[in-house]
Amino acid sequence: MSASETGAALPRQRIDILPALTPLIVAAIAAPLIGSPSTFVTLTIAGLAMGMMIFTMASGLTLVFGLMDVLNFGHGAFIALGAYVATLVLLPLAAWSQVDSLGPNLAVLALALFAAALVCGLVGYAFERLLVAPVYGQHLKQIMVTIGGAIVAEQLLYALFGPEFIPLPLPASLRGSLILGGAAIEKYRIAATIVGLIVFVGQMLILNRTKIGLLIRAGVENREMVEALGYRVDRLFIGVFMAGSALAGLGGVLWALYREQVHASMGAELLVLTFIVIIIGGLGSVGGCFTGAILVALIANYAGFLAPKLALVSNIALMVAVLLWRPRGLYPVSGR
Amino acid sequence: MMILSGDRPRSPALAAVLVVIILTLALAPFLFPGAKPANVAANICVLALLVASYDLLLGYAGIVSFAHVMFFGIGAYGVAIALYGLGPSWGALALGVLAALPVSIVLALAIGLFSLRVQTIFFAMVTLAVAYAFNVLASQLSWATGGEDGRSFQVPEILRPGFHLFEGEVFGIAISGRVLSYYLVFVAAALLFLVLLRIVNSPFGRVLQAIRENPFRAEALGYRIVFHRTLATCISAAGATIAGALSALWLHYTGPDTALSFSIQIDVLVVVVIGGMGSMYGAIVGAALFVLAQNYLQALMGRLSSAAAEAGLPLLPGLFHPDRWLLWLGLMFILAVYFVPTGIVGKLRGKG
Repeated sequence: MSASETGAALPRQRIDILPALTPLIVAAIAAPLIGSPSTFVTLTIAGLAMGMMIFTMASGLTLVFGLMDVLNFGHGAFIALGAYVATLVLLPLAAWSQVDSLGPNLAVLALALFAAALVCGLVGYAFERLLVAPVYGQHLKQIMVTIGGAIVAEQLLYALFGPEFIPLPLPASLRGSLILGGAAIEKYRIAATIVGLIVFVGQMLILNRTKIGLLIRAGVENREMVEALGYRVDRLFIGVFMAGSALAGLGGVLWALYREQVHASMGAELLVLTFIVIIIGGLGSVGGCFTGAILVALIANYAGFLAPKLALVSNIALMVAVLLWRPRGLYPVSGR
Repeated sequence: MMILSGDRPRSPALAAVLVVIILTLALAPFLFPGAKPANVAANICVLALLVASYDLLLGYAGIVSFAHVMFFGIGAYGVAIALYGLGPSWGALALGVLAALPVSIVLALAIGLFSLRVQTIFFAMVTLAVAYAFNVLASQLSWATGGEDGRSFQVPEILRPGFHLFEGEVFGIAISGRVLSYYLVFVAAALLFLVLLRIVNSPFGRVLQAIRENPFRAEALGYRIVFHRTLATCISAAGATIAGALSALWLHYTGPDTALSFSIQIDVLVVVVIGGMGSMYGAIVGAALFVLAQNYLQALMGRLSSAAAEAGLPLLPGLFHPDRWLLWLGLMFILAVYFVPTGIVGKLRGKG
């Protein structure tokens, strides 16, 4: 190999742009069907906010799968756990969250998000060590053990917090809507979008700009090679699992505030949604997960407006359509 | 041993347990007269068939499906909608079953072709999503399914409790429509169980096991993996559909809770694992044990719960509340997956 060749830059990886454009295409198709521009803006922003929340919950799941081939059916339980932790923070501190002033409202919201992420991360560690670690590499057992864990976790939540729906009011200054050019935009959705964007940008920076991120990405592509180079992918994996659980809890708080109530059954409901999103995105791909989440949420909002009966199956229809187009999802990770 | 397709229990203990269970089930209306024991026995028959058809998928083909209860529901709703809409006749019953079967099989085929091409883990996720959507759909389309309330319906006259086959009694029991219903469920479940036993011991069943153990090698030997897996999915779906039809026929009612609830799916999963994956007999042993526990242990839990509440212990009343039955089931399930992967049948055969 000559000097000029080793010095030459590697050929740039071809970036597949088309899947990333699908949300825009969907929006472009939906706009004339909806007609009124202000309704369209409202629905689109609502969709983006919902997409951000779903992405927050789903991104951890897809990385955990990409890195270690572990599909965690207990992920939904962490979402519900996060929401319950938020009730423990927000309800006793109602004085802070119900006073109509942005400062204390945001402080208590940040505290709730932090507490949920912390608790879920720690429980995630226990879950990984106790349930997932003994069955590495055995798909069938993994699915069964994690679904068993999900059942036990859901029942424990019922036993600890009771089977009733717990109302979770929004902080006072995040209630209501802003009117922008005739389009009503709920304030909370803007807040949720901002939190989601912070998560997305943070995740992208960690994955693309740090050494740990480099190792995670390399591990997703080819775990054995990274291990052969002397890195402990299993330890890295525990970290990713904890982070994924923490993100699930964070997403759970956002979702519970969006619905303004908490119930353990939200775990199962959102587990299904996150599965659809990561299947659409391509198992293991964070970018695909982001696109998939936005796509699912936009279509759910548009369909809910245009044909409410169809909205029930819009997710499944979307998944089928995407799998017909790309059987491994929008951004398939090589080797899977 | 033609009737067992050459797949004998291979253990005196297992054979003894099976003989006791099957004889008890066969004579249940005479041994234990009354409504509750009849319900327990019919539940065991239906669950055993449902679990056996699931075991074909999980135990023999190594595929995890979360849509099994959906196929069960299709059978139950097929019978319910036909008998509700067309009135209580045998023709309507046959139509309901014959309409439900193709629906299940086509759906299973579609899911299989979509998700089994890539990875079996896809199948688990896709079936979970589809089953969830189907559940929502069934409770929303209330003009057809009765929504959350479900559908109560009349069954053909011979199967009604008021009907008597003849005057007089046999061993002190009047042969009512209820007894005939039970025997319909029992015989249908038993026949289908033998059919499933035949299927898993056929060359097709062997190929499924080969694919489970080593898909690459099976493919290298020339077996088309996707074809075999998808066919197994369809057969298993058909079995579940008939189990659903039998269940609806026994209950005279079909609703989301009895036919589509995710907790039925969990029950099936738990019974397969505890009974023994990859052995049809596990379905019978597991189902019998499970239904008995469900009917008699839950009462015990209730008593424990109130005792703990009286003693003023924290948390325990909640944990032992009869509604938390799934908690203990889930724990048992995890422990079984870890420590007794071959289930009761494996233990009795001395391979556990």
